[in-house]
Amino acid sequence: MKPQNNILRKLKGFMLRTMPNMITCREFEGFVVDYLDNELPEKQRSKFELHIRMCKECRQYLDAYQRTIEISRRACSSSDDAVPDDVPDDLVKAILKARKY
Amino acid sequence: MQNSSPNSLTDKQAEELVRSNIGWMLAIAERLLGERALAEDAVQEAFISAFQGFEKFENRSTLKTWLHRITINAALMKLRKLKSLAEQPIDEYLPEFDKSECRLEAEWTHLASTDNIVANEESQARVHTAINTLPKDYRIVLLLRDIEGYSTGEVAQYLKLSESNVKVRLHRARAALKKLIEPLLRDEVF
Repeated sequence: MKPQNNILRKLKGFMLRTMPNMITCREFEGFVVDYLDNELPEKQRSKFELHIRMCKECRQYLDAYQRTIEISRRACSSSDDAVPDDVPDDLVKAILKARKY
Repeated sequence: MQNSSPNSLTDKQAEELVRSNIGWMLAIAERLLGERALAEDAVQEAFISAFQGFEKFENRSTLKTWLHRITINAALMKLRKLKSLAEQPIDEYLPEFDKSECRLEAEWTHLASTDNIVANEESQARVHTAINTLPKDYRIVLLLRDIEGYSTGEVAQYLKLSESNVKVRLHRARAALKKLIEPLLRDEVF
C-alpha cells in the first residue's frame, strides 16, 4: 500500500472513530444482517447509511455481499428446478418397504 | 392425496407421494449434509416420519411445506448424530481491517451480474462447491436462512441457538461465501 494511502486511511479511521454519528468499518460489519433485514433501529440505520455514503470500501463490500446472497439463492433454486429424475429405484422401494413395518 | 388419511393411502398413492417429492427432498438433504449417502438416509427417515405422522397433517400448510420441514428435521437430526454443532474456524475467509478499523478490501472495478453467473453451469458448480466449503455450522445457517427461506427465529429453534448467534453465523457465512466466490464476482478466471 502506498504511504499516501496509508495516511489517508489513518485519517479516515480517525474521523470514523471520533466524529459524531459515525461508525467504523468494523462496527459496520456488525450491522449488516439487521440492515438487510430492515431490522436496524432508526438511529443505527442512519449511522449505517452515512457510513455507506462515506466509505467506498464498505459500499463496494456491501454490493458484493448482497450479490453473493442473490447468487447463492438463484444457484440453489435453479438446481432444485433441475432435480434429477434418476431417483434410485432401490431407495424408493426401501422407503415403501419401511412403510409397511 | 392431501385429503387422505394415512391409513387410506394405498400402496400406489404412497408410491406416488414418494416419487413426486423425493427429488427435491434429496436435493435439500444433500445440501445440508453435504453427502448423497447421508441424504438418502435422511430422506428415508423423513418419509417414515411423514407416513407415521400423516394423520397430523391437516392442510394448514401445503403438503410440500410440511414435507420440507420434516426433511430439514431429519437432516438436522442426522447432522447432530454425526457431530455436535460446535463452532469451527472460519476466520481465514472473514473480512479484514487495519489498525484504524478501516476495511481492507481490494477495489471493485467490476461486479459480475447474477444472471451471468447463474446461467453458466460451471460457475453454478463453483458456487455449490464454495457453499460446501463453508464450515458445517455456518453452512447450515446460511442454507436454512438464505436458501430455504426460514426466519432467524425459526433457524434458532431448529438449531437450538439464540437468534443473535444465528445472525452472527449467518453474517460470517455470507462474508466467507463472498470471499470464496470473489473470483467469479470479479469475473476472473479461477
